[in-house]
Order: sequence, then C-alpha cells, then structure tokens
Amino acid sequence: MALKGNLRDFSVAQLFNLINLARKTGTLTLEGPDQAAWVSFREGKLIYAQLGSEDGTLTGVLAKAGKLTPRQAKLIKTHAPDKSDQELGLMLINAGYLSQKEILASIRQYVLDIVFQLFTWTDGYFRFDGDVLPPDDRITIRIDLENIIIEGSRRVQELEQLREEIPNLDMALDFVDRPGANIRDVNLNVEEWKVVSYINPKNTIRQIAKANKMSELQIRRIVYGLLQAGLVEIVRPEGMPLPPQAQRIQPLDRQEGASLVNRLIQRIRSL
Amino acid sequence: MQTVKMVVTGPFAAGKTCFINSVSEIDVVSTERKISSEAERIKETTTVAMDFGRITVDDDLVLYIFGTPGQKRFDFMWEILSEGMLGFIVVVDSTRPETFREAKGILHTFRAYAPTPYVVAANKQYLPDAWTVDDLRIALKLDRNIKMLPCVATDKESVKGVLLELLYSILEEMKAG
Ligand SMILES: Nc1nc2c(ncn2[C@@H]2O[C@H](COP(=O)(O)OP(=O)(O)OP(=O)(O)O)[C@@H](O)[C@H]2O)c(=O)[nH]1
Ligand SMILES: [Mg+2]
Repeated sequence: MALKGNLRDFSVAQLFNLINLARKTGTLTLEGPDQAAWVSFREGKLIYAQLGSEDGTLTGVLAKAGKLTPRQAKLIKTHAPDKSDQELGLMLINAGYLSQKEILASIRQYVLDIVFQLFTWTDGYFRFDGDVLPPDDRITIRIDLENIIIEGSRRVQELEQLREEIPNLDMALDFVDRPGANIRDVNLNVEEWKVVSYINPKNTIRQIAKANKMSELQIRRIVYGLLQAGLVEIVRPEGMPLPPQAQRIQPLDRQEGASLVNRLIQRIRSL
Repeated sequence: MQTVKMVVTGPFAAGKTCFINSVSEIDVVSTERKISSEAERIKETTTVAMDFGRITVDDDLVLYIFGTPGQKRFDFMWEILSEGMLGFIVVVDSTRPETFREAKGILHTFRAYAPTPYVVAANKQYLPDAWTVDDLRIALKLDRNIKMLPCVATDKESVKGVLLELLYSILEEMKAG
C-alpha cells in the first residue's frame, strides 16, 4: 500500500502522473528544501494545495490575488473570524463584491502557483495518504492534471533528459568518421575544447569530467551538444573484456521455436 | 545439443542473483565482489560481470539464464548478454522507488537491443514498504500488454511462475508472428 519515497527518485511529475492515472483520492505530503507542502486530489483531479504556513484561507487567497486589500483582509479576519470559507464566499457574492467566477479563479491561480513551485523540488521525502482530505470548510476546485504535468515538467526537464540521452558516463567517446564532420570547422567554446582535447576511446566520459573538474550536468551538456552535432559518438571503452559464456546463439525458426518453448514450459513446470 | 538463453536484468540489488539461484540446477556461477562504494552498500556483495544459471531440459536442450550486473558501470555487458536471447525478465525491488527510474532505463535499453518478449517481476512484494503492482506499472510506464508479476525471488515456485509467464508470452508471439 505504501506510496512514499524521495523526490530524487520519483519526481513530482511522476507522482502527479501516477495519481492521475490511478485516479487517486487523498493528500500528497512533500517535504521541500525549507518547508512542507500538501496537495490534495479527488479521483485524480487536483483540488487543493497548501504551502508551508502560508495563509491558505479564502481571505488569504483573495488578498494574495489582489481581490481584497490587506486592510479588507484584516477586517474580515477580526470581524468574522469564525466564518468558514464557504460562508465567506457566499457573503462576498451576495454583497455583489465578487462573482463566484472570480473567487474560483483566484483559488485556482493560488493552487497552481503552489503546485508549479513544487515541480522544482527535486529532493525531499514524499508520502501519499489516501484517507486525508483538506479541511471541510475549504473551497476546493477541480483541475485536470495533464496540463499541469506538462507545464511543470518543462521546468525540471534538463538534467533528467540529459541522463536519458547519456545514461552511462563510463562509456568513452570517439570522433565520428564522416565527411564534413570535422571538429576544426566548428565554433567551440573553451569548456567544449577542454572536453574535446580528451576525446579518445581510452577515456571514459567520467574520466574526462574529472580531468576537467566538471560537474555531472556540465559534462553531460557538453557531450550532448557534441553528440547532437554529430561530431562524436559513444563507444565502448577500449580494453573491456568479453565474457566467455556470451557467445552468439542462433535465432530459432518459428516452427522449431514453438516446440522448443513447449519443452521448456514442461520442464520448468516440473522443477 | 541446443542451448537457448534468457536474461534476468534490473537495477542494483533488485534480486536478480536470488532469482536465478532459486531455479538453477547448478550453483549460480556468479562473479560477486564485496562492495567498495559507500553509496551502494546496502548489502555485502554485488554481481560484477554476470550471473550464470542452467536448467537442463533434456538430452539435447539446455536453458541458460544470465543475470546482468546491476551496477551502472557494468552496463556495457548488457548488449553482449542480450544477444540471441529468447526473452528477458526485468526484476524490480518493489520497496525501492529510488531504483524505478533506472529500471525504466534498463527496460528501454534491452528493448532496443532485441525486440524479444519480456515480463517485469515486482520483487519483494510482501515486504511492508512494497509499492503495489498497479502503482508500479504506472511508475514504470509499462504497456498494458506487458505482464507485471508479483514475485518473491527467494521462492522457487514464485520464480517458476515468472519464467512460465515469460515462456507463454514467447509462445504467443511465435504463434502470432
Ligand atoms: N525479502 C526479500 N528479500 C529479497 C528477495 N529477493 C532478494 N532479496 C534480498 O535482496 C538483496 C539483493 O538480492 P540479490 O539477488 O543479490 O540482488 P541482485 O539484483 O543480484 O544485485 P546486484 O547483482 O548487486 O545488482 C539480498 O539481500 C537478497 O537476500 C525477496 O523476494 N524478498
Ligand atoms: Mg547479483
């Protein structure tokens, strides 16, 4: 049942995607760099968010949106401290001060602002509790997660993408042997030249980074650029031994294959 | 004598060596080393080159089961191990979300090496922190038609079940193809 872990390993985008696809109801608690956040969902839709000790009551939300002046907000707090958000909302609508649409739009913006911030949290504990929902008196909304995921992801994509493009820093690089792909014809900056000067099937990418005192992100950016430009390719480092057992095994023809697989099935059943 | 092979892959410490050990008729020929890097010290030993298990079917058919090393820096071995395989099994430790992204990467890499059938074994399913099979399926972005099987790598029956499901998929694909 456990749905908990660290954002390092399972990002906010991935969590939202899971909540969306599994149509989960409950509250996600995230522990960020210096405060916590709570995001609630109903059947896979975003309904509410609260960041740290920010004032997430309707008064706070409307004040932040500029719909109430700080003075008005303060007046409401002192004169109607026990009003629920729903009561307050009705009151403001009946007084002709704000429309229902304006109130909902303010809440929506408030929640989205929080949620987009969360996408930049790439480290920290998270936990999903299926039985926890926002306080009863809060006005909740209902927003599809798809667009949020797309927009939020743009903000954290770079390193992740680079890791996928270059999964293994223990591979080496070699120049591409192709007419027109001459490294001398390309405008490279100093950092790029430093990397290029070490390119050799004997040096792993990790070693090149180390020799140049570059961070993972720096080396990945540069190698990615060189790869995209078609100037270098990733190669297996020279001198890596091949295991004896890993000889080529002939592929099967289909008829023979089916009977063979059936024999395997019989045998494994009998183990 | 004909030999066929299957590959068991997955992230570091997912349970690949245990998985093969549970069904192999020989002691897994494993190239285990003591772990030196602090970061990876959640257990004592790790597979560095590969695991190698065997199931003899009859006088002229042998199944080899290769296990890949889980640590990233050995993944140049994968391409070699995957050559000519009948199918492969991706073992995932259901209790360690920090390995899911890697599992996804491994899955895609193997897919690229050979378009053979595969199944995913959601290992350590009965530990308290295990993610459910449904949540894991989403986390790994697994296609609906790929089997995701709850698994206990230390339990022979459980491992047999996973191997059989893979073989059924292989058979199905042969019939369809
Ligand atoms: N409780 C439980 N523990 C398991 C299970 N399968 C494996 N383990 C434990 O998980 C740890 C890792 O298992 P291994 O088989 O060494 O994993 P591996 O995938 O071969 O690891 P590397 O070769 O280092 O990548 C060991 O301590 C096992 O005892 C399981 O189904 N349940
Ligand atoms: Mg192992």
